[in-house]
Amino acid sequence: MPTLTYREALNEALSEEMERDDRVMLMGEEVAEYDGAYKVSKGLLKKFGPKRIIDTPISEAGFTGLAIGAAMYGLRPVVEFMTWSFSLVAYDQIINNAAQIRYMSGGQFSIPIVFRGSSGGGLQVGATHSHTPENWYANVPGLTVITPSFPDDAKGLLKAAIRSNNPVCFLENEKLYGYKDEVPEGDVLVEIGKAKVRREGSDITIVSNSGSTHRALNAAKQLEAEGISCEVIDLRTIKPLDFATIAESVAKTNRVLIVEENKPFAGWGAQVAYQVQRELFDDLDAPVHRVTSIDVPQPYNGRLEQAVLPNEERVIAAVKEVLA
Amino acid sequence: MPAADPAVKNGKTNASSRLPNLQPQEKINLFRQMLLIRRFEEKAKQAFTQTKIKGFCHLYNGQEAVAVGTISVLNEDDAVITAYRDHGHALVRGTDPNACMAELFGKITGCSRGKGGSMHFFDAKRHFYGGHGIVGGQIPLGTGLAFAQKYLGTNRVTLAYMGDGAINQGGVHEAMNLAALWKLPVVYIIENNEYSMGTSIARSSAGDPLTKRAGAFDMAAIQANGMDIDDVRAKTFEAVSLARTESQPTLMEIRTYRYFGHSMSDPGNYRSKDEIEQRRQSDPIELYKTRLLEQKVVTEEALNAIDEEVSAQAQAAYDFADQSPEPELETIYEDIFAPEDQIPEFRPDLREQK
Ligand SMILES: Cc1ncc(C[n+]2csc(CCOP(=O)(O)OP(=O)(O)O)c2C)c(N)n1
Ligand SMILES: [Mg+2]
Repeated sequence: MPTLTYREALNEALSEEMERDDRVMLMGEEVAEYDGAYKVSKGLLKKFGPKRIIDTPISEAGFTGLAIGAAMYGLRPVVEFMTWSFSLVAYDQIINNAAQIRYMSGGQFSIPIVFRGSSGGGLQVGATHSHTPENWYANVPGLTVITPSFPDDAKGLLKAAIRSNNPVCFLENEKLYGYKDEVPEGDVLVEIGKAKVRREGSDITIVSNSGSTHRALNAAKQLEAEGISCEVIDLRTIKPLDFATIAESVAKTNRVLIVEENKPFAGWGAQVAYQVQRELFDDLDAPVHRVTSIDVPQPYNGRLEQAVLPNEERVIAAVKEVLA
Repeated sequence: MPAADPAVKNGKTNASSRLPNLQPQEKINLFRQMLLIRRFEEKAKQAFTQTKIKGFCHLYNGQEAVAVGTISVLNEDDAVITAYRDHGHALVRGTDPNACMAELFGKITGCSRGKGGSMHFFDAKRHFYGGHGIVGGQIPLGTGLAFAQKYLGTNRVTLAYMGDGAINQGGVHEAMNLAALWKLPVVYIIENNEYSMGTSIARSSAGDPLTKRAGAFDMAAIQANGMDIDDVRAKTFEAVSLARTESQPTLMEIRTYRYFGHSMSDPGNYRSKDEIEQRRQSDPIELYKTRLLEQKVVTEEALNAIDEEVSAQAQAAYDFADQSPEPELETIYEDIFAPEDQIPEFRPDLREQK
């Protein structure tokens, strides 16, 4: 199997899907001539030309709404946000229009669109540039929310997202663009709405996503040396939530830790914790625990920011607390 | 009356084709469409007072010549998108008055299956893209319809309507920039009824006329008198021709007036009865009626007969809506996601999501 970076995997997904279907096009700031702020769209302008790889002015509300209108008309746009932090100025368009027009119209319109771009903290770019907004979007009926952690999923899930007839928020992780791993060749799709057990274990189930999956895996490796066996579930899709995979694991481990980069109040982990207590109460040997970002705006200072993020030390301490 | 002409254009050439003269029957038809909207909404107003219609209900009363005149120069497969004051646009596009009234009543037979309400009419078959409740939010969408029309090589155009208040939304300006930059076949139509809710245009908008806003984008701009359907038609035809033949956007400002409150819940303390009375003197339907009689296109009796017909249509719509069933509770879960055909359905557990 070839080894690709997360960035290259995304690029292949875009390229393959654009080759398959003329109605797929990419628009966003710097996606064409600049090859993308994070180079995800590298080479695509050359391959597909300016009709389909479109540089926009800095007008998120304008071009996001435009792309949604184009989707109502039958195109299948991919909208790149330079980062998801900037999606906030297009929030109205995504929520009131992309997510709700089908329902409000009694099912007359489909909105086949993908919103994608980088997200997450840890790069010392301060509070305005470090959001992890998957829970904000997951709260909205009609939106599908995907947060891949590995190159194979980045590719397979983006291909599936582009083929979906519904609006998908696809949150990449800025820290993972350079991450290398094996990616199956060719037209391999990953099913939306399916979590993946990234590491098997027997003492505790760690439910995580995106960058936090890597934190959980690193913590699990360190804990193994101390004789603690962690099972790590990578949700991959936040919504719809694959609760069945969580339930299967908890039946075995009887303990749950959630690791997410959202701020604590109403992060997606709060939903998982609720469902675990509601549906798996009898399976539990300890209260569900959760490691999130600390409930403060993101600080610029590196030491402070690392403390704010759900870092490995906090994950390890939390695992021990649950097992104590 | 606020001055409505002359046309202000920002250095863009007029497209060559000319607005064809209307046959008598076509003129009568325009009259009929305007009167249908008026009678339909009088019924809606009555149903609202009877509490059969709930929520917000924004009447188009006074503005009829705008929707009828502008849409009359379109082809059937051109696109129309507007804000929440949408009853007129849907009716002119050909949406069944029964389905429109049923939507107001929240019934399953409504044009949005009772899920949209007054502000969110939709009719995909008739290229009516809504019905949008967030002020200005439909303008980027309409720009996207035009983008897709051009991308797909359809030679179709989009009319995207907004109120005078909406022109102050940022997204509207972003969209206009994109349309001018990318040469999209869209006509933006400001229905300037002089008020955004209770705020007069003088208190909301710097720069007069509003068409000046197009200047920054080097976009064609044109004004029309919304009380005179012939003027509306002539000016819209120019803009539509520019969109269709040269794929260039235009910003139109159509001066109009609404007789009733902003919505049915508005007592209207911000303007005087005299002002409204004075404006009613230049009513677009009466004006057109007088013109048709002067031109001897039609007799007074024939027009009265049309009034009876459309009044009966409005009454029938009321009865239809009243007698239509409520949506079944299960429909709550319908119409959220389009069926998938290229990937597996990924949310069979939707109903279970708590
Ligand atoms: C973003 C947003 N802000 C406020 C409102 C509440 N609101 C609804 S209509 C309206 C006035 C709009 O006036 P105008 O654009 O002139 O349209 P008109 O009602 O005159 O047709 C306001 C403030 C809204 N629906 N959306
Ligand atoms: Mg107004």
